[in-house]
Amino acid sequence: MHVTFSPEELAFQEEVRAFFRDEYPEDIREKRDNGMELEPEDQIRWQQLLYKKGWAGVNWPVEYGGTGWTPVQKYIYATEEANANAPLVIPFGLSMVGPVIYTFGNEEQKQRFLPDILASRVWWCQGYSEPGSGSDLASLKTRADWVGDHFVVNGTKTWTTLGQHADWIFCLVRTNTDVTRRQEGISFILIDMKSPGISVKPIILLDGVHEVNEIHFDNVEVPAENLVGEEGKGWTYGKVLLQHERANIAGVARSRYRLRRLRKQVKTSVRGADPLIGDNNFMRRLAAVEVELKALEYTELRTLAAVSSGRAPGPESSILKVKGTEIQQAIDMLYLQAAGYYALPYVPDQYKPDFADQYVGEEAETQSSLRYFNYRKASIYGGSNEIQKNIIAKHVLGL
Amino acid sequence: MDFSLNEVQEMLADSIEKFIDNEYAFDTRQKYAASDEGFSANVWSTFAELGWTAVPFAEDEGGFDGDQIDIMIMMQRFGRGLLVEPYLANIVLAGGILKRVGSASQKQQWLQPIIAGELQATLAFTEPQARYDTANIATKATEDGSEWVLNGQKGVVFNGGTSDLVIVPARTSGNQTDRNGITLFALPTDAAGMSINAYHTVDGLRAAELTLNDVRASADAVLGAIGEGYAALDATIDDATLAVCAEAVGIMQILKDKTVEYSKSRSQFGVPIGSFQALQHRMVDMLTACEQAQSLLLWATMTVAEGSDEAKRAVSSIKYLIGTSGQTVGEEAVQLHGGMGVTWDLDVAHYFKRLTAIGQLFGNADWHLDKLAA
Repeated sequence: MHVTFSPEELAFQEEVRAFFRDEYPEDIREKRDNGMELEPEDQIRWQQLLYKKGWAGVNWPVEYGGTGWTPVQKYIYATEEANANAPLVIPFGLSMVGPVIYTFGNEEQKQRFLPDILASRVWWCQGYSEPGSGSDLASLKTRADWVGDHFVVNGTKTWTTLGQHADWIFCLVRTNTDVTRRQEGISFILIDMKSPGISVKPIILLDGVHEVNEIHFDNVEVPAENLVGEEGKGWTYGKVLLQHERANIAGVARSRYRLRRLRKQVKTSVRGADPLIGDNNFMRRLAAVEVELKALEYTELRTLAAVSSGRAPGPESSILKVKGTEIQQAIDMLYLQAAGYYALPYVPDQYKPDFADQYVGEEAETQSSLRYFNYRKASIYGGSNEIQKNIIAKHVLGL
Repeated sequence: MDFSLNEVQEMLADSIEKFIDNEYAFDTRQKYAASDEGFSANVWSTFAELGWTAVPFAEDEGGFDGDQIDIMIMMQRFGRGLLVEPYLANIVLAGGILKRVGSASQKQQWLQPIIAGELQATLAFTEPQARYDTANIATKATEDGSEWVLNGQKGVVFNGGTSDLVIVPARTSGNQTDRNGITLFALPTDAAGMSINAYHTVDGLRAAELTLNDVRASADAVLGAIGEGYAALDATIDDATLAVCAEAVGIMQILKDKTVEYSKSRSQFGVPIGSFQALQHRMVDMLTACEQAQSLLLWATMTVAEGSDEAKRAVSSIKYLIGTSGQTVGEEAVQLHGGMGVTWDLDVAHYFKRLTAIGQLFGNADWHLDKLAA
């Protein structure tokens, strides 16, 4: 048992650092560091650079073009990626549907979809929740009925993040209503967003941002070959995907980066005010969050060490999700409190490229409230934290 | 000891509740919030007609001789209605200074039109570097013959972009954080040398950054004694703190009500989510937090209204509680509404944002806990 990196791991760390230093585009870095919005093109350009380097499929097995990294390598990579403040990779293709396809898809589907996912040539989105099916996902009502040699899909999916940019959507749909358990009769299908009958309706979140959508399916024809795995087994596949999603949501490296940035911030004077480091109340709360995060960091390392490359981490991922989002929200609150009155201005336009007016407040201040509001979603999405606790109670504790 | 409302207070409470029920639906609020001014001029006229703008002022100045308790009754209901009209800026803040240190002629000139709803006024109570220290004032006023010349910056001035008059505390002597040496000036917002950068705030209200560049003020603009403005400033901020705490309690209560209602109507797993014990206990905690906040608000407000020695302690106590358990009630309301709770279209998110903003006003929970611990 040891906590230090081996010479090989140190060499790997050096390689990752060099990559972020040399290959991470300066214009994207500038936008990110100044809290500016990224265009979808920026996002794709960055993910394609990762692809060229061979680092797009961080968790993928080597045979499908993944890195095949050890848990420690993944940890090192996530740390350096966060330290560079690089954009979060959009998870729907690379972290979610990709693993489902390489685990449960047929050979034709693997060849058809995986290369484009890995190279970020196709933008994916998620069709899980429905207006009446949130925490109770298995109650979903979107139907896919066999008509001749294809499915016809009808229903509504919601909270579809960045669906407005998506080329494809993966969906859980009901293919059989005559079942004893509601989890049966659900299938996992892939739908081209250009299919006739699909409409995308924006949902504006509390911070005023268009991030999620409602997707309506009105007699949408889907070819039979877009069914992943066996008909009626979608719930099982969907669960594996959710475990990937949940482990991903924990965001340990990002939280570490944000706490370090906050440590820097409290040492500097803003507009001539006393640096916050003199405020013992604040510093004690900051330190307490750091302790929680250090614990989670090692919980995550232990969890990842226990699963083989490319596989999902199991119900323990729910622990990472609950604790990870609690810590994220605690950090959001620290930033908000650090901002004082300057958490109040709502000038979203000053984070758009063509803003020509007077700026108000520092970026870390005026973004703090927006981030705090927006990330209340973190304890709700990916299965609410209440649902995670149900999963832990049932599948980990056996209650 | 008596917690009941008197007849006049009952009427006041009733008239506000009726107004909100009949004329201030959430959609209407959102429309006012999105308008150019950020509130409704018509509603403000109604406030004046109904006498709400006169409540905390002396009878011989055209007021109703009300006190902090009356303001509490109003603000708690304004909180439930999530009103965007500038009662805090005009009546509690600007009015609070004018009634305390304004001369008869100054009251005639400014307080009367404020009460009549004809003049929009505000108080520039903080500066960009001050955080929560009201005495931290770098804006300087220097004498030039019979006039004063003001230079400096004021931050987050509520309704600064729509105000006709702004009361500016400026340093006429002493060091930047001294309580002595602060003088209060009433300045028209169109004064030469004054520039105003107005913006929206996250709670749907408005504020502005104010820059004073050689702004000239006559001796008539000075409110109260030279160098002795802090006492009025501090007492006014205490009133304002109590006022936003009352507003916050109103918000906490409606968030609790809406959450309980939602938990009865939203079904998952074939039953209303309110039937789950894990959620029931959390809603019980929300209720307890509301009751505790209501109780402490009553104690704090009565304590201040009666001029007790404990007044400062009372203000810090309630503001601390609002900043901690109030925030938790807001977060829980959003969480229990699930995805709907983080959408713009649902009123819950907007109540939550206002509650969060209130948490950062006039000293956050840490600031007030420090005062209590000292």
